[in-house]
Amino acid sequence: MANGRAGELVLPKAKESEAARWSLAALRKLFKNSIVIVVLLAIWEVTPRLGIINITFFPPISQVLATWWQLLLSGDLLDHTAASLSRSIGGFALAIVVSIPLGLAIGWWKPVAEYLNPFLELMRNTAALAILPVFILLLGLGETSKVAIVFYACIFPLLLNTISGVKNVDPLLIKSARSMGLNAVSLFRKVIVPASIPTIFVGIRQAGASSILVLVAAEMVGATSGLGYLIQYAQFSFLITEMYAGIITISVIGLIVNYVLVSLEKRLTGWKQNARE
Amino acid sequence: MAVKISIEHVQKSFRIKRNMGALKEEAQPLSALHDINLEVRQGEFMVIVGPSGCGKSTLLDLLAGLTTPSSGRILLDGKPIAGPNLDRGIVFQQYALFPWKTALGNVEFGLEAKGVGREERRKRAKEYIDLVGLSGFENRYPHELSGGMKQRVAIARSLAYDPEVLLMDEPFAALDAQTRETLQSELLRIWETTKKTIIFITHGIEEAVYLGQRVAVMSSRPGRIKQVIDIPFESRSSEEDLRSNPEFVRLRHEIWELLKDEVVRAQEQEKSKTLDSFKSADARKGVAKHG
Repeated sequence: MANGRAGELVLPKAKESEAARWSLAALRKLFKNSIVIVVLLAIWEVTPRLGIINITFFPPISQVLATWWQLLLSGDLLDHTAASLSRSIGGFALAIVVSIPLGLAIGWWKPVAEYLNPFLELMRNTAALAILPVFILLLGLGETSKVAIVFYACIFPLLLNTISGVKNVDPLLIKSARSMGLNAVSLFRKVIVPASIPTIFVGIRQAGASSILVLVAAEMVGATSGLGYLIQYAQFSFLITEMYAGIITISVIGLIVNYVLVSLEKRLTGWKQNARE
Repeated sequence: MAVKISIEHVQKSFRIKRNMGALKEEAQPLSALHDINLEVRQGEFMVIVGPSGCGKSTLLDLLAGLTTPSSGRILLDGKPIAGPNLDRGIVFQQYALFPWKTALGNVEFGLEAKGVGREERRKRAKEYIDLVGLSGFENRYPHELSGGMKQRVAIARSLAYDPEVLLMDEPFAALDAQTRETLQSELLRIWETTKKTIIFITHGIEEAVYLGQRVAVMSSRPGRIKQVIDIPFESRSSEEDLRSNPEFVRLRHEIWELLKDEVVRAQEQEKSKTLDSFKSADARKGVAKHG
């Protein structure tokens, strides 16, 4: 009887401690992931207040966040974000639709790829922003030039990675598929495309990052809306907290975009992802 | 027994550009196979053994229909081989499994190419996974399987679409010794169950004597069939250890005698090839310095 009771007592305790261990592990992970950021934010808050940094040019984070909240409530922030996102997603999507099929085709015809590769490398390493004046000259200051510059910035990493993905498919897999009598079309569809997806995704991630980067810079140069414009305008008008609010918004958006792309990649190339764990 | 495959006066040469760049030598044809003649009977387990670089894999590519002979012909059931087809299945040394497909998906791949319907495909793939002893691993991806398991999947994949001939290109060479021995006896069991004609390429003499009903010994490059040796064991799957049987030892020695000089020659060829490529690399460097 006593034993039974002891057992009853022990069991929930064991469960409890296990749950505690789980939450402890989660807490530790949370701590590891956030401690550096938290410390930096604390420094951001404290140093201007103590007068170590000029409070006018570097307002404490709490003030920045308060301004951010007001911008959100007034709807300004949403308008600018929407303007930026529609341009960047537009150019990015357009680049994907154009360059992945194109890259698959170029990679498949190896001679074409060999001719085009130096040109593509050159274009990729020409900073997109250096060409921005050309885009503005040709396409004006409207939406078109901004979508075009994003498109331009996205297309080269996508193309290059898609081409190298197709070119570097393990020849043994092709041989194996050919030995099973696959014709060119099904070989392409069932072997080449799935085998190159991981490399294509490297291109998609690079393009996603540069789509935001290039857009913000473009908006700073010539735009009347968008987050880049908000930051630039705020700085010119000496609205320092607004400027920081804009910067924070952009970094959060960048983080979200990357997260979305990474989780999409995990889902599509799960067979490979597991191997790295 | 009926002849399944007959290889008649097959030659194969490649044009290889050696010393390219610096010396710009003309492309010189390299003879890989020289006048190969071999007949493989229906249901036979034929092993081809030879030193490395003797053109064994070239011969297998020809049998698979992935390349065509420079001269001569290969007949399957009396008809010349026109190209790759599902009547021949290949098992490669490096497995060649599709990493984005599960074990089951890989086995289904050939069936899909054959146009077998979804339900039937699944059913048959499961049967063959069972045959190679991998039940329970259907949904694993290749990277989750050991080398031996991968090769089992590859064998199941090649058997599932029911080819008449199974071509195996040093399939166990990348495996550790114990796994290799297990798979060798498994293969014999599968061969006895399915009654397929098997052409098995290896550089292992012991493997050749253990598996083959006949062993064709190839010479160093250009590859020729030096001799075909009968291996007269009746039942290989018996309890006793075949490898310590005196007859086994004698046959292994006989083949080694045939191969010994070829191996030495093959190694010489390898050395001079390596030296050549060094020389041309040096020549190139010299050009670069002066240029």
